Amino acid sequence: MRFRFNALAIALVMVSSMLLAACGGAAAPAAEPTAAAEPAAEATAAPAEEPAAEAPAATDAVTIRYGLWDGNQQPAYEACAAEFTKTNPNIIVKVEQAGWGDYWTSVQTGMVGGTAPDVFTNHLAKYPEFASKEQLVDIQPFVERDGVDLAQYLPGLGDLWGREGKRYGLPKDWDTVAVVFNKDMLDKAGVTVEELNNADWNAKDGGSFGQIIKKLTIDEAGVNALDAGFDKTKVVQYGFVGGGSGGAYGQTQWSHWAVSNGFKFNDGLYATKYFYDDPKLAETIQWYADLNLVEGVSPTLADVRSLGATALFTAGKAAMTTDGSWMIGSYVNDAKFVTGFARLPKGPEGRKSMFNGLADSIWVGSKHQEESWQWMKFAASPACANIVGSYGVVFPAIQSGVDAALKAYGDRKVDVSAFTAQATEANGTFLFPVTDFASEIGPIMDATMDSIMLGEEPAADALKAANDEVNALFQ
Amino acid sequence: MTTRTGLRSAQRSDFAWAWLFILPSIIGFLVFFAVPSVRGLLMSFTNWDLLRPAKFIGLANYAKLLGDKEFLHALRVTAYYVVLNIPLQTVIALGMAVLLDRFTKSTMIRGILILPWLLPNIIVALLWLWMLDPTLGFINQVIMSLGFERQPFLGSVDQAMPTIAAINIWRHAGYTAILLFAGLQNIPKDVYEAAAIDGADERQMFMGITLPLLRPVLIFVLVTSLIGSFQIFDTIVITTKGGPVDATRVVYWYIYEYAFVRFKMGYAATISVALFLILITITVIQMRYFNADTSDLD
Repeated sequence: MRFRFNALAIALVMVSSMLLAACGGAAAPAAEPTAAAEPAAEATAAPAEEPAAEAPAATDAVTIRYGLWDGNQQPAYEACAAEFTKTNPNIIVKVEQAGWGDYWTSVQTGMVGGTAPDVFTNHLAKYPEFASKEQLVDIQPFVERDGVDLAQYLPGLGDLWGREGKRYGLPKDWDTVAVVFNKDMLDKAGVTVEELNNADWNAKDGGSFGQIIKKLTIDEAGVNALDAGFDKTKVVQYGFVGGGSGGAYGQTQWSHWAVSNGFKFNDGLYATKYFYDDPKLAETIQWYADLNLVEGVSPTLADVRSLGATALFTAGKAAMTTDGSWMIGSYVNDAKFVTGFARLPKGPEGRKSMFNGLADSIWVGSKHQEESWQWMKFAASPACANIVGSYGVVFPAIQSGVDAALKAYGDRKVDVSAFTAQATEANGTFLFPVTDFASEIGPIMDATMDSIMLGEEPAADALKAANDEVNALFQ
Repeated sequence: MTTRTGLRSAQRSDFAWAWLFILPSIIGFLVFFAVPSVRGLLMSFTNWDLLRPAKFIGLANYAKLLGDKEFLHALRVTAYYVVLNIPLQTVIALGMAVLLDRFTKSTMIRGILILPWLLPNIIVALLWLWMLDPTLGFINQVIMSLGFERQPFLGSVDQAMPTIAAINIWRHAGYTAILLFAGLQNIPKDVYEAAAIDGADERQMFMGITLPLLRPVLIFVLVTSLIGSFQIFDTIVITTKGGPVDATRVVYWYIYEYAFVRFKMGYAATISVALFLILITITVIQMRYFNADTSDLD
């Protein structure tokens, strides 16, 4: 039968081609990140024109491509770049911005394909991997040649970027975490800012901070969660929203709770063992998850995933959250109510915030490493720090820049002392846990924290299993 | 006889032309299938991390694969998706095809049926991601206005995979229906007339005539959509990224994660080779079992 042969022929051709596609499986998904990187590249094209156009067109000018992910910081660094080109007319800096996800995809695929930016903003969770894969220029010789004073940076920040005598970045900024609150909701519930600033916390019952969360959680009938008649299935205003499950580090989600409860990620820079099985972490994470699972005073993980905690907060669905200092501007600008920042509650071990800092790195494939170094040095200098500070979007790594930032926030009547007091307080901060295998620890801890937050597994069991898996990576 | 030898010489002179016309296909096959396949196979014996030169490590990746519980989990999750997807999709498509064949000749309706399939996968996934959003989504607004509780859909461990299966059934059922419809058109109408004269009802005709005579097409549809559904990836990239927890961490996502998140291209290639072997085994079994090369019309 004619049809039979036709159908069979088509079937065979299609089946064989699909099988071959399956075989090339590893190659097939490669198209995906490239495609994702494309819009990012397009999006950056327009703003990048500006500094280039303003710059004096020197005859043999070198163009340095500079990558960053925070769109809020782009104008500040473009101003820095313009200032830099004034004194270095032969170097033009082209700023390229892409959102966090696209940014790392394009940097990574760029390294493979030879199109990564010359200088790019780097992160502590990412740089050890790039360094171990020989993708970053060791800048220690440059630092020594030009006599860059590493003491000009806030204590601890410079050390994060060195390993075994090599150096992969100069600090640009730092951040801490604080409580963000909706002042209108506080007022309505009769909670004062002072009360919030003096709150304490523990993993058993949440301490007085836990009471404040309950007081700020209100159901349809207007009853708050302290009342026996509270209906947790009909909540209209949550007392607290956390920024999701937080993965391996919980920087703005749970790290401050856990460390103030006595938890320690590991034994310091480039440690080879994590302590995720610490019962102090388990009880902290369980408390954090139970805010939703048991108490109903915090939205579900699915809701947080869909909109993001920041959007839920600015939409007036929750009275408080915790977030990093780089988000100050977003809260102040986006919320239609009065937003404020309060100190983290005092845990059994005091108030603790993660102290994280970004730095620029030079890609090893850059054809203009000397010029890249010049730009990188300027971006981490007092001159640029003062410019970036004056934009009031982030705290620069140099004190004069911090002062400029404080002035900028002050001019806008935004009180950011909750963040700065945390940074300067004795033992008020702990450093971002920098180790190898971050890209493998990530997927393990993401899944683990998700399963706890969704109530699939109790924290103690899940974290114990995950810790074994994480530590096996180092063997 | 003379015509025959004439034909043969003509065939010979056409031989070069034939090759010339086939050439673009062969080049495409070599460049896009053969070379990447062989490279993928070679890669599976290395520890390539994308950035540094690859080092040959023999069968170490394969040894690791044998003890990889997450790989087994990924296979289970993929199989779960296939089981959710294929039977329902095929039954719905068959129903639509029969309805098309019996009740309408409208090309307009056929066009509408195939419309979801014409949309790029990414668009379909984005569309449903928004419609199913737990807080803002249209579907949940409807559910709530009917007095039911909001559903997390893609945000829940239990609901995520059925939701993804439903999205893909929505996209593929129309296309599958058109394929089956083409098969139905191939069944001679006189068989039905004869059955009707003998007093057979619709159900008897469907079970006794339509299904058996449709077998070759049905098998083609089953084989291709089964392999297609094993390759579920794009919907997952957009909607769940393998989560929540690892509820939708299918084999393709697992391969992607190893290659581009964990930078272990060598191991990712090894998983791909394993997947290839699994798929080819399934296909051979299917072809044998269903006797796809014979038809009851003979």
